[in-house]
Amino acid sequence: MSFDGVWPYIYIAIAGWLATDIWRWAGVIAGKRIDENYETLNWVRAVATALVAAVIAKLIFFPTGALENSPLWLRLGSILFGALCFFIGGRFRQPLGIAAAIAFLAAGLALIGL
Amino acid sequence: MTVDTAPDTQSQIHWFLIGMRGLFSLPAIILMLSFVGFAAFTAEANIPVDQVMFMTGMVWALPAKVILVGSMLSGAHVATAFIAVTLSSVRMMPMVAALIPEIRDRRTPTWLLLIISHFVAITAWVFAMEKVRDVPRYGRVAFFAGFGITLTVTNIILVGLVYGAVSSFPPIVSGCLFFLTPVYFLTSIWISARHRVIYWALGIGLALGYLFAVIAPEYDILLAGIIGGTLAWWGEKRLRQKEAGQ
Repeated sequence: MSFDGVWPYIYIAIAGWLATDIWRWAGVIAGKRIDENYETLNWVRAVATALVAAVIAKLIFFPTGALENSPLWLRLGSILFGALCFFIGGRFRQPLGIAAAIAFLAAGLALIGL
Repeated sequence: MTVDTAPDTQSQIHWFLIGMRGLFSLPAIILMLSFVGFAAFTAEANIPVDQVMFMTGMVWALPAKVILVGSMLSGAHVATAFIAVTLSSVRMMPMVAALIPEIRDRRTPTWLLLIISHFVAITAWVFAMEKVRDVPRYGRVAFFAGFGITLTVTNIILVGLVYGAVSSFPPIVSGCLFFLTPVYFLTSIWISARHRVIYWALGIGLALGYLFAVIAPEYDILLAGIIGGTLAWWGEKRLRQKEAGQ
C-alpha cells in the first residue's frame, strides 16, 4: 500500500485502534460485572494469564527478525539458564534472571557468529 | 486513612504522580528497549515515522502493532487487517476484565474506566496487577492512569527520536532486544502471581501456545488462552475442593 496522504492514518485507526480498543471496552463492561464472583474472576485471571503465556511461547519458539534463524536450543538454553538464576537469585531475582538469560543468548549468538 | 476515605483532588494527583514514577521501573525500561527494537523494525520496513508514532499511541499493544505493520506491508485490505489485528487483541478483554475489579471503587465512573483501558497492554497489565496491592483503593485508578499514560506518551516520543538512528543495529543487539520481552514477561508473571492458578495457567499456556502455533497458527493465542486457562482453572479448583474436603 502507499504511505502517502491521510489513508494510512485511517487504515491505522480502523485496523489498529478500533480493532484493539473494542476488546478493551468489552473488558471494562465484563470486569464491572464479575467483581463479586470469586470463581468467575479466577477463571478470567487464568485465561488472561494463559493468553499472555501463549504470546511468550510464540516469541520464544517462533521469533521474527534477527532471531528468526537462531537455533532453538540456544533460545531454550537462555530461558533455562535465566530461570536457574531467577530461582537462586533471592532479592535480586528479577534483574538477575533477565540479565542471565540475555547474557547467555548474546554469548551463544557471538559464538555461532550471527 | 482507610479504604473508604473520600477521594480528594490532592491525593488523586499524588497517586497519579506515583504512577508516573513507574516510568523508572524495570518493566518500563524493558518495554522502552522493546520499542527501540520496534522502531528498528518499522524503519527497516520504510513505514514513515509519523505513522509509526501515530500507531504507537493509537494501538499501543506491541504484538497488535507488529501484525498491523505486517498487514500494511503486504498491502492487505483494511478489513483483512482489522480481522488479523482484532483476533490478536481478544486477549485484551480478559486482561482488562481481571484488572478492573482490582482498581475501581464504587465511585469510579464507567467512562473513566473506558478511557484508561486504552493504556492496558501486557507490560502495563503485569505492572499494575503487581503494584496496585500497595496502593489504597481510592488511588488505584489515578495510579494506573499516571503509569499508563506516561508510558504511552514516552514511547511515542522515543519511537520518533530513535527511528532515524536504529536502522543499522548489528543483529546480535536487535536479537537481544527482542528476547528481553518474553524473558521479562515470564519473570513478572511469576513474581506477581498471588494465586496458585496463575502458575498453572502460565505453564499450560506456554505448552499450548507452542502446540497451537504448530497445529492451528491462525488462532493459536486465542485457543491456547481459552483452553489452557480453563484447564488451569478447572484443575486448580478440583484440587482446592479436594483439599477443603480433607
